[in-house]
Amino acid sequence: MSIVIAGAGMHPWGKWGRNFTEYGVHAARAALKDAGIAWSDVDLVVGGETVRNGYAGYVAGSTFAQALGWNGARIATSYAACATGAQAIDTARARIMAGLSEVALVVGADTTPKGFLAPNAGERWNDPDWLRFRLLGMTNPAYFALYARRRMDLYGATSEDFAQVKVKNARHGLENPYARFRKESTVADVLASPVVSDPLHLLDICATSDGAAAVVLVSAEYAKKHGIAQPVKVAAVSTVTPTFPNTVIDMPLLATDSSAVTGVPDHTFKESIARAAYEEAGIDPSDVDVAEVYDLSTALELDWIEDLQLCRRGEAEALLRAGDTTIGGRIPVNPSGGLACFGEAVPAQAIAQVCELTWQLRGQATGRQVEGAKVGITANQGLFGHGSSVLLSV
Amino acid sequence: MTPVIEGWFTTGDEPRLLASRCTTCSNVVFPPVSSDAGAAAFYCRNPACDGQEHDAVELGRTGRVWSYTDAQYQPPAPYIAPTDPFEPFALAAVELPEGIVVLGQVAAGYGVEDLKVGAPVELVVETLNVDETGERTIYRWKPTGERA
Repeated sequence: MSIVIAGAGMHPWGKWGRNFTEYGVHAARAALKDAGIAWSDVDLVVGGETVRNGYAGYVAGSTFAQALGWNGARIATSYAACATGAQAIDTARARIMAGLSEVALVVGADTTPKGFLAPNAGERWNDPDWLRFRLLGMTNPAYFALYARRRMDLYGATSEDFAQVKVKNARHGLENPYARFRKESTVADVLASPVVSDPLHLLDICATSDGAAAVVLVSAEYAKKHGIAQPVKVAAVSTVTPTFPNTVIDMPLLATDSSAVTGVPDHTFKESIARAAYEEAGIDPSDVDVAEVYDLSTALELDWIEDLQLCRRGEAEALLRAGDTTIGGRIPVNPSGGLACFGEAVPAQAIAQVCELTWQLRGQATGRQVEGAKVGITANQGLFGHGSSVLLSV
Repeated sequence: MTPVIEGWFTTGDEPRLLASRCTTCSNVVFPPVSSDAGAAAFYCRNPACDGQEHDAVELGRTGRVWSYTDAQYQPPAPYIAPTDPFEPFALAAVELPEGIVVLGQVAAGYGVEDLKVGAPVELVVETLNVDETGERTIYRWKPTGERA
């Protein structure tokens, strides 16, 4: 039994300085319009929580429902850091599959501050997210840089490779009306930008943005009744947690688990996220036509390509250099332009990935269409063990 | 000189990190578990073990670099810059014999050019910052291979 994405909508990403509710309602109305479904038909609203907007953000589901005008729908609010959107989609999917809902609206929206994301105020000597700054000065880009440097020392990646990911994604996003940055970059531009955390330059690292995304999910039966001819189906949603021992250092932690008692596991946490999605869907990595992955840094896109089994470990640079991950290539990655063009709006981002793939699989991604795409996968990871991967198919 | 955080490392000529070891399955945890975080901090992380008691153990003081980077801009608070203007510093994730990777700053005077994945390092204790109580110390990783 599958569920269908009846509609997708977004508010353009940017630094608009307005209330997150406004962005969320804009995206929700766009998704409902895209679906041709009235707000009064929605029986479930799932909001992606934002932690930067006070109480209204903690109860995002109800905030959006109220702003759209109370219609008596059931509500839920999800929080899973960067994986919030996938968890919200999963909640809606589960209720539809259980027969408890027919039409669900999933919305995520955020406003974000400038500069490094810093921990909440106050002294918290037991909170790793506070301690990593106090004891080590370990910022988010520093974690991204650890992964990037490992690719260089182990697989021969170069700063030019990382820059090329930015060049590719900048080009992909040029025609995307929802992208914040719509400007070509050259390898020289990236290398000329200041180094933030070696080896990553400023232009290797994604910004933080305001933005919102929404999808309307419906049962297969409702989709049929509603006359959706070639529905985009949700084939899997993976929200797995790590399996002990988690042996790859994860933001915001200061150490990994020890592998001494049980040995090193067969798969890393990030590998297991995609494996769970493929297994649930009965879809093979070789069937994937397009991927939207979480390029918090350029180098991280290369890690994800391997984690999704789109190539073998250590081969992502070869794929990139051959143009395979560019639109028109064998397996285009981040045709939306990715975080490189959007910047991150935490609770909206995983939903935005699903919006993009919905348009790709419908053949509606004007100016950035992956021709003939039938299967798409998203990947991302939220702080504190939140996996996120959504597989879509037509 | 006092450690910036209590119970994480020993001081002296041959400092070591302090970890917690489950008394049931011997799984080792760093940072060490502390009652400050409540009883749940003592639950063994190994899903196959329901142990709730830990011994304090010292970790090996040498390891191999898992990866490394630096901070070329001043991190936000609660980081306290020891110098004004801010001076960049290096960071390393180091794999210890106990099968655990521990993040730390790199010893003063060393940068990313002195590091490589797999390179040997040892634990040292240095000053992190100075406050009203005097110098506050932290563990750091010092490269022990030949300098590039």
